[in-house]
Parts: sequence; C-alpha cells; structure tokens
Amino acid sequence: MAAEKRTADVVIIGGGIVACATAYNLAKRGMTNILVLEQKEIGNGGSCRNAGGVRQSARDPRELPLAMHAVSQIWPTLGEELGCDVEYVQKGNLRLGIEEKHRTVLENHVKKSTDVGLDVWMVSGDEAREICPAMSERVLCASWCPTDGHANPLKTTLGYYRRALAMGVTFVSGVTVTGIRKVRGRARLVETTDGVYEGEQILLCAGYESRAIANTVGIDVPVERQFNEVLVTEACPRSFDVMIGVAGGEFYGHQSDHGSFVLGGNSGLQAFESNRRTRFATDSRTAPSISRGIMTYFPSLANVKVVRTWAGAYDQCVDVLPVIDRISEVPGLTVAFGFSGHGFGIAPATGVAVSELLLDGASTTIDISALTYDRFKAKG
Amino acid sequence: MSKMIRTAPTTAFQEMPDDNMIICRCEEITKGEIRRAVYDGFRTTNEVKRWLRCGMGLCQGQTCQRNFQNIIARELGIPVAELGIITGRCPVRPVEIQTFADEVVNAEEA
Repeated sequence: MAAEKRTADVVIIGGGIVACATAYNLAKRGMTNILVLEQKEIGNGGSCRNAGGVRQSARDPRELPLAMHAVSQIWPTLGEELGCDVEYVQKGNLRLGIEEKHRTVLENHVKKSTDVGLDVWMVSGDEAREICPAMSERVLCASWCPTDGHANPLKTTLGYYRRALAMGVTFVSGVTVTGIRKVRGRARLVETTDGVYEGEQILLCAGYESRAIANTVGIDVPVERQFNEVLVTEACPRSFDVMIGVAGGEFYGHQSDHGSFVLGGNSGLQAFESNRRTRFATDSRTAPSISRGIMTYFPSLANVKVVRTWAGAYDQCVDVLPVIDRISEVPGLTVAFGFSGHGFGIAPATGVAVSELLLDGASTTIDISALTYDRFKAKG
Repeated sequence: MSKMIRTAPTTAFQEMPDDNMIICRCEEITKGEIRRAVYDGFRTTNEVKRWLRCGMGLCQGQTCQRNFQNIIARELGIPVAELGIITGRCPVRPVEIQTFADEVVNAEEA
C-alpha cells in the first residue's frame, strides 16, 4: 500500500466552495498535487447553507469586480464545465422597498453600482409587480438588476468538489487544523488532530474558523460568526424566477428548480447570542420572524407549507467584505475568508482569483486589490 | 466524523441489475444514482443527500434514510455508524407559513 500523502504543492485548509473552486482552478492549470483538509464534511459550512443568490446588485463596489466576472464569465457555462446541473437561473434580482426610507437605501445602492458600470436601476412598485406578479401591493419601489440570478449551492459546491477530485486533487475529511507553523520564516507546516501536513504553500479558507488558525502565525482579521436561517417549502407550481431581496432585511430567497421556495433571514437578535451556539441549531424566534417578512411581501404564499428549516453561520468581517490576499509577514500563506454572508455568488470568481494568487503571485484576471488583509485600522 | 482520505476512483463504475430501484420515494432517487454518487466521491449521509436530494422530500428521510445509508455503507465497505445521520429538521411535519408567522399570542384573544 502506498504511503499516505502528507505533503503537497498546496495544502488547503477548509473544504467549502472556496477550497473546492480553487482546487478545481489549480487542477485546470495543471497543478494537482494538492491536499484539502476538511474538519467535517465537504461544504458543511456556509457553502451548502445559503439561499443561492448570484447577485451583483447591492454589493460593495470593492467586491463588485468578483461578482461581475462571475456573472459574465463563469456562471452561464459553469454547469457544462463541472458536468452537473448547478441550476443557474439568470432572471434578475428585485430588491424591494415598502417604505419611503427604503427608497433612499435602494437609490444609494443603485448609484454606487452604476458608478462602477453595473446595469441596475430603480423601478416602481407596479413595474416590479409586472416582473414578479406574486408580490404584494404594498411594494412601493425596487432596484432591478436583470443580469442577477440564483443557483443551487449544494450542487455547485459539491460539483466543484467532484470535478477537483476526479482531476486528481486529494481531500482528507475528519481532520481538524489546530495551527500553522513556519519553517525558516515561511508558512510550511499545518498542524492537525491527525498530525502534521506540509505544503510549499498554504491556503486558509475555513470561514470563521480561519481567524483562530491565522492567529497561530500572528495574523488577526476582525471576523465574527453570524447565524441566519432558511425555510424550505414543499414543491409548488412555478411562481417566479427572480431572486428576491428586501431593503428592510426581513428575508431573501427564490423558488428553486425543484419547485420549493428557499427563503432565508434572521430575527435581528442573532448578533448578540451567536457565541452561545456551538452547532448549527435553529432557534424558536427566527423561522416565525422570516415567515412574517414573507407574508408582508408575498401574502400569496401564506398557505404554502414549510417542510424544513435549517441554520447556517457566516464569517462576517467588520466591513462586510472578504479578505483575499497573500500575507506578506508570513510568506507562503494565502487567505480567503470573511465572505460575510455573500460569498456563494462570487465563489466561482474567487476560485480563479485565489488560484492566480497561488500560481502567479497576483490576481491578474480580476481586481481584488481592495480586499487586502491589512486594510483594517482603528479609529481616531 | 472519522478521518477519510478521498482520491479519484481508479476503476470504472460497475452497473448493477437493480440500479433502477427507487430508494427515496419522495424525490424519486434510485439505487444506481446513490451508488454512482458514492463512486463520484460522496462519502457521508449528508453529502449524498445534498448531492441527490434523497431524504429531502416531504418525509424528510423518515422512510428512506436507512435504506440509502445501507447502500452507501455497502459501497464503501464501512459500518453505517460512520456515515453520520441526516439532521432532524423543524417542523417535522409540514406547517403553513401563516401558521409559523402567527407565533405571537394576543393576550385578549387567548
């Protein structure tokens, strides 16, 4: 029996969509000597626990290059590339407002996005109802981005994994990383509950858990864990194709290819209890809160039955933007985490950018220059 | 979860005569699809569920989970206990959105 693989050109910490998409892109360029270390199961964190938004609108302009690249260059043909149906639907995103103050919020987003070249504009309540007739009369206005959409996070994440595996990448699950150790000033060893793994380079993309691991080489990125929950309904006749968001933040979601509505949100109280949770449990307040939000905007869904609810955590960065960068104090270490609850839609582009950081030393295809790890400054 | 090393399959997928048998009735997933998922690299109950939807239908796996776990375990040659189980999800039986939304009890009405 061959000796167990313990060294690689790149050791990837974390087995979510960023890890799988990066491994796939590295393999596509000929690098398959890769070890991916996952604590539990592939895609068990936010990668499989999100509502599937593939959205450019209402994003910070600093991460818009990733979103626009993903939507224009990758998503339309991703299913063919991975050899599985990722259920990508590009039928637009409506972000709804029911109060005058929402109009101001939405107009601000629209202005910031159009300034950097995204096609998004304001529509009236009636125009929004023409796009999505299932909606309540209470909707006053909306931002409309016709090139946005949604996809199936499970099929996408696991589709990347399946392709990367078939192309020769090695994945090890059930292994918890406890730290990174330098050798002659370079990050080289990955310490785990299963002994040491060794990489020419190390990529840290383990969501919230990345923070503690980065701490072991003296790097701290201000990320916190935040919980959201999602309701999944029974399969229903096709009602709408658009992705829905709301300026008030009550809920978001879409109707999936399967026919079920996938609707997520939070109770607004999570931020102050998140440290109490040790696992992905739902709480008693969140599903009712999301349901009230749904009833406000889509009263026609009142009789639709919820089949299951689930919770997921995201790694919220202090400025709600990811860190995707090489760490200059720790040569050999690259990080990609802090996606702040909107990492799924940009993940295909993140995979390209991170693979370039690892292979070429810089991301040349997509501008990620604003997503550095050393951008955080104390006030004053 | 115990440690699992995952690498690309080295032999071709072998079809079996009863691969068309439906295992998950709610989502109409066959034995062959489950065997193929394991061959493709999915190694736990949840991974197979997320990839194929078996156990995600109206019964939430109450009917099919045992059956598809046994298939996965046999394909991998490991005990069922090492595969993990699908997470039990609230509300167990389907509940209307309006019922969920109405959790606040009005003291006067009550």
